[in-house]
Amino acid sequence: MSKNVLVLAESKDGELRNVSFEVIAAGKKIAGEGSVKALLVGESVASFSEQLIQQGADEVLVAEHSDLKTYTTDAYKQVLLQVIESESPDALLIPHTSSGKDLAPRLAAKLSSGLVSDVVDIEEVGEEVIFTRPIYSGKAFEKKSVSSGLVFATVRPNNIAALEVDSSRSGETKEVSVDLKDLRTVIKDIVKKTSGKVDLAEAKVIVAGGRGVKSADGFKPLEELADILGGAVGASRGACDAEYCDYSLQIGQTGKVVTPELYIAVGISGAIQHLAGMSNSKVIVAINKDEEAPIFDVADYGLVGDLFDILPILTEEFKKVKAGA
Amino acid sequence: MNIFVVMKRTFDTEEKVEIKDGRVDEEGAEFVINPYDEYAIEEAIVLKEANDGEVTVVTVGDEEAEKELRTALAMGADKAVLLDTEDLDDEVDHYTISEMLAAYFKNQEFDIILGGNVAVDDGAGQVAPRLAELLDINQLTTITKLDIDGTKATVERDVEGDVEVVETELPLLVTCQQGLNEPRYPSLPGIMKAKKKPLETLDLDDLDLDEDELEAKTKTVDRFLPPEKQAGKKLDGEPAEQVEELIKLLRTEAKVI
Repeated sequence: MSKNVLVLAESKDGELRNVSFEVIAAGKKIAGEGSVKALLVGESVASFSEQLIQQGADEVLVAEHSDLKTYTTDAYKQVLLQVIESESPDALLIPHTSSGKDLAPRLAAKLSSGLVSDVVDIEEVGEEVIFTRPIYSGKAFEKKSVSSGLVFATVRPNNIAALEVDSSRSGETKEVSVDLKDLRTVIKDIVKKTSGKVDLAEAKVIVAGGRGVKSADGFKPLEELADILGGAVGASRGACDAEYCDYSLQIGQTGKVVTPELYIAVGISGAIQHLAGMSNSKVIVAINKDEEAPIFDVADYGLVGDLFDILPILTEEFKKVKAGA
Repeated sequence: MNIFVVMKRTFDTEEKVEIKDGRVDEEGAEFVINPYDEYAIEEAIVLKEANDGEVTVVTVGDEEAEKELRTALAMGADKAVLLDTEDLDDEVDHYTISEMLAAYFKNQEFDIILGGNVAVDDGAGQVAPRLAELLDINQLTTITKLDIDGTKATVERDVEGDVEVVETELPLLVTCQQGLNEPRYPSLPGIMKAKKKPLETLDLDDLDLDEDELEAKTKTVDRFLPPEKQAGKKLDGEPAEQVEELIKLLRTEAKVI
């Protein structure tokens, strides 16, 4: 009943992403008497070590190199393979993020290993680790296990709760020497479109707009509301197809699948395609002038009326709530 | 230029999912080309038109997938290949599929392989990166722009909403993201021509593979539907009254603010 678990921490824009703490918590669920080691990869990331330990890591491994500043498949794969070789973990958990999705299947192929992707829950049944993951974009779920060898999974952000910060915890931080060669991808530029904005996948609150928003300008009141709530703006396929906003904001079976605590659907009718991407949100609020819109079938709270009347009032009221809190 | 597309036949995204005997019930369901693979097919055809060459679409599945392969041919692909899973156990996983594809590609000359970034049914997105690893070629996932000049590829990737501009060399595997292009519909002449285009079926023997080597590395223990969401409350009154009620409910009942 004990496993040594290796988890990959992830940082972005000079901060650890919350999913780093969630993979540690996920690792704890299966480690038993074993340990959870967190791996930090980047150019200058050693300073994050203490935070990882306070959130439950027993030991932190740090792999630093100027070629690790931005994720590339080749460089990160080489680091992970070197660490797996030296640490021989029983289980490996990687965030199901843009880089994790790119990296994990490659590692699995190299190691001839099974991999369970996009895990939202983990349980240990006897010696076996059972992962729950959504299929058909959350219209259904499956429970899977890795048949033998390395227990390997990617963990969806925002689903497994991080542990409480415990500042009394201590643990070792170890530097890992990295040897990188034959890097085939050259990064020329990164165009930041999301600076200062909350990432959709990790957002606790999402305000999403559909065709009812009517124009790119129509998204402004949604952005304002999202800002007040510290949340992110999303969109339905209809709104993206109509070019009211970028496809990177699309939520649905094609697009992103999200599970925030609060989802506010504005002018979204609620096609199956869209519901697949958001129906597992904890609380859903729908604002639509069509009383019969299918979005009301999944909404916890429905407001029937013109969104352009309702949104400004809602934003003002939330402002008061936030000011008073 | 030798251009390949790996594609999957999937459930239509508008279909309702039911579970029967631990499996997703496919009875009477509509099937389509995985929407993300449509971007791959479109991009492959665009590449062919710009660079000359040939587009081959490859899928792993049973004979039912011939319909989707024909659709790809009707869009403008030149050849289709079905890697037949008939000889395999019921439980296949990403390991199985990618090993079959790799066995096929080891006998092909290719400059670029395109696929969707994820299949909308299983949602794992494993097969394409696994294939790139097995072929020991570079990969760029979730691309939104592709330019090829000789053996140099300049690519834009969607990285969680930001755009990453990268350069690399062919041979290369890419996975396509929404925004890359607008997939064409098959034209009537395209559909007629597709009927005469080559569609090859290869079984495990043809791929020089043994069933034992392809055994899935994961197993599915259970499949189930999420608890049915109950329709909630519709709030009454003027906008201001509805908002007031909502704020109250979010605080006291839902406790999310």
